[in-house]
Order: sequence, then structure tokens, then C-alpha cells
Amino acid sequence: MPNHEACQGCAKECAAAHRRAATRQSASLRAVDNSDDVVHLRVPVTAKSELIPLEVGQRVLLSGTIYTARDAAHRRMVESILAGEEVPIPLENAFIYYAGPCPAPPGRVIGSVGPTTSYRMDSYAPALIEKGLGGMIGKGTRSKRVIEAMVKHCCVYFAAVGGAGALLSRRVVNAELVAYGDLGTEAIRRLEVKDFPVIVAIDTRGNSIYERR
Amino acid sequence: MTEIHVDQIIDEVRRMCIEANVNLPPDVCRALEKAVESEGNPTASSVLELLLENADIARNECIPICQDTGMAVFFVEVGQDCRIVGGGLTDAINEGVMQGYQAGYLRKSIVSDPLERLNTNDNTPAVIYYDIVPGEALVIHFSPKGFGSENMSQLKMLAPAEGVEGVKSFVVQVVREAGPNPCPPVVLGVGIGGTMDKAAVLAKKALFRPIGKRHPDPRIARLEEELLELINDLDIGPQGFGGRTTALGVSIETFPTHIAGLPVAVNVSCHVTRHLTTRLGR
Repeated sequence: MPNHEACQGCAKECAAAHRRAATRQSASLRAVDNSDDVVHLRVPVTAKSELIPLEVGQRVLLSGTIYTARDAAHRRMVESILAGEEVPIPLENAFIYYAGPCPAPPGRVIGSVGPTTSYRMDSYAPALIEKGLGGMIGKGTRSKRVIEAMVKHCCVYFAAVGGAGALLSRRVVNAELVAYGDLGTEAIRRLEVKDFPVIVAIDTRGNSIYERR
Repeated sequence: MTEIHVDQIIDEVRRMCIEANVNLPPDVCRALEKAVESEGNPTASSVLELLLENADIARNECIPICQDTGMAVFFVEVGQDCRIVGGGLTDAINEGVMQGYQAGYLRKSIVSDPLERLNTNDNTPAVIYYDIVPGEALVIHFSPKGFGSENMSQLKMLAPAEGVEGVKSFVVQVVREAGPNPCPPVVLGVGIGGTMDKAAVLAKKALFRPIGKRHPDPRIARLEEELLELINDLDIGPQGFGGRTTALGVSIETFPTHIAGLPVAVNVSCHVTRHLTTRLGR
């Protein structure tokens, strides 16, 4: 049921949508969880070799720790690397989620948290991949330079469903601010996730789901 | 002469900000439901089903459909016989946005300066277009516009000789170049005519029209349908994973233009195309 003032006005208007929703019984994510070909992966990985079997198009459920970082946080991290300074998160075998969440309403660990478009991080990503990054989670295409760095350093790129931030927030069990708090939603957060659904968009051999034709 | 107090406008805008962000409009829900039925690609169907489930969760739990709760865009029709009292109209709209984004736990995505890039922390200022119209009513149209798709928008000044074929090929090219990046299935607003800036505003305005509601001019309506067909032949599909459902809708707005020009603007929006209208006064 609606839990704050927002929906007081929409109850009538949305009755039909609510009825149709009830008949769907929220089964689509469960179908992903239970499908035969889904792979479970613990993150961070203990060795990059765990990423080699992943094939483009494969559905994966991630459990463990990932870090949110998007435009502004990437800029700061890469500036630190170029200045020879430490970055605020361990990059070795780690997974970065390109996301800027909504604030957590009372009773939730996080607000909506879907992926943002990845190409904007393309100019920064190779520097992080060279430092041992295990993978990235976002949506959309990557540059040739990023893919070359991924192949060279055995890194994977997952796509999460863009625009499904409400659904994805249910798979985040804990969220904690790690660095760059002044950036607001663009700060780096450590997320504990359980069965977070993604699809292999570019594998460690550089095969891409976006290049079918 | 109707008097409308700014407090009423603030409350209304505050409510609209929250409601638009948690409640996927019925036209988009229906378009997604229709797409699930007609989509032959199993990966595409399962993505569309996830998007519907996501909308259900957002609506039932009152959390935003998408974490990108957008830049607040308003088209406001000000009846020339209505009087706003108690303060300024623009200030009232921005105050409503500030309150709505705070109270609704919506993301604050606006930076104060495009180059300095400091977050304003209240999602203001809004982008507001005013129209002065006859009557005593104040009609507020609101859409929170996400930037994953906004970034994929383009404008081109075509030569008149390029004609309707030029328009079609440009619109299709914009969607092809956008590929998976704007969170397809997309909704397109297309503005044709006017000046450079007018075409862009028309494209934005076209996104406020419910999906499937065709342009009143049958010639333009046919063009909308034809473009939708061409775009859905691109095999980009939901999330760019392939499939028939690349666009849910195409809306075109036109305006007279100069003898030398044929401006075309394509405003790309994602499957979370949120829009709400409210009417104050008579």
C-alpha cells in the first residue's frame, strides 16, 4: 500500500492500473531468478579467472559488495590516480555500478537505483580497469578504448535494466556512504546486493550484446 | 477575474512532482502491455515484463519508477483573465518543485552551472515555458525529464528540398545512433518548423501528448505512424537487446517556418515518459 502522501490523489485514477498489476502478480523477476540458465556470481570476485566463463547475453545474479560511482566520482578518482594518490575504494577485482540513487525513504535502505548510461564514463574507465577493476554495471554501448582495456585486463561489463530502479532497489540489502559525500547522489556508496539481476553485455573477450548486426 | 493564490500553486506542483515520479501514466502502461503481446523476441518480452513489474512496485510502494527523477519541465497556460496573488508564479513553481523533491524522496539532479557543476540540492530551477491564452484558468503541464534519453536528442536544420523524406531519414537516424543508450523502448517528440529554438520546444511539447493520441491533421498522423513503423524495424529493441519494440510512440508538432528552412528537432524520451496536467481556476 502507498506509504506516504504522494498517492492520496492517485488512487482513483490508477485503480485500473492496480487491477492489471494484480493480475501480473509480479512474476517476471521471479522468472529470472528461477530460470535454468541464470548464473550466480559473488562479487568482488577472488580472481579475475572467474569472469572468463561468462558469455555475452548470459543472465547473472550478483551477490556481495558493489560500489556506486558515476560522472563526478569518476572524474575525482581518475584525478587522484593521475596525481599518484589513493582512490577511496579498493579497485582490485571490484565492481562499480554506474548509478546515482534516490534518497532512501523511511524504512528502506535505498531509493530507486537503476543504472545510468555508461558511455559517459568511457574516458575514465580504462584508468580504473588498469588498476584491476573486475567489472562495471551500467547500460548502453562502450567505446573501443574501453573494450580493448577490458580484454587486456580481463574485465566484464554487465547491463542492468535501465528504468527499473524501483525493482532493482529491492535487491539492495544495505547501502553506506563511502566517499565524496558533497556530491549528493553522485557520491560513492558501498552497496550490499543479493541476487541483483544483470546480463553480460560485453564479456572478457570483447564480445558485445549491442553488436548483433 | 479569477484569483489564484501562489500557495495553491505550490501545493499543486509539489503533489505533481511526487505523483508523476511514482505513477507511470496509464498511456505508457497500456503501450507496454500492448508491446508485451506483440513482441516476438523472448529476451525483449522478458525486459518489457520487468518494466511493467517495476512500474507496479513503484506505484504500490510510492517510490520513483526510475532513479532519474529528472529535470522538472513545465508548460504553463496562463489565462489572460486570471490573476496570481501572493507572490510570483515562477517562484511558486520552483518552490513546489523544491518541496516535492524533498518530501517525495526524489533525486536532486540539477547542477547550478553547466561548467562549475555544483548540485543545487533541491532540483531547482525548473525549465518553464509560458503561454498566454484566453480565459481565467491556469493550466500546468509537468514532466520530469530524464537525461539518459535527453542526451540522445538532436536537432537539424534541413533544406526545404529534403522534404518529408529528409525528415523521416533524420528521425530514424537519431534513434539508430542513440541505440541502447536512452533506455528503449523510447518515446519520441518531434518538432518540425518554426525557428531552431521553436522546433526544439515543439519536440518537447509533443512528448506531453499521451502515447497513441494522433495529431489532428491526418497527414501528420500518418507520418507519426509511418515513423513508428520504420523505427520498430531497426531491431534495437528493449534495452538494445534486440526486438520489435524500439519505440512506444511518436508524436509530432508542427509550426509555420521560413521559405529557406525546414528545422527538425527530435526529443528522445525513455519508456519512463512521465507527464501530468492540472487545472486551477475556472
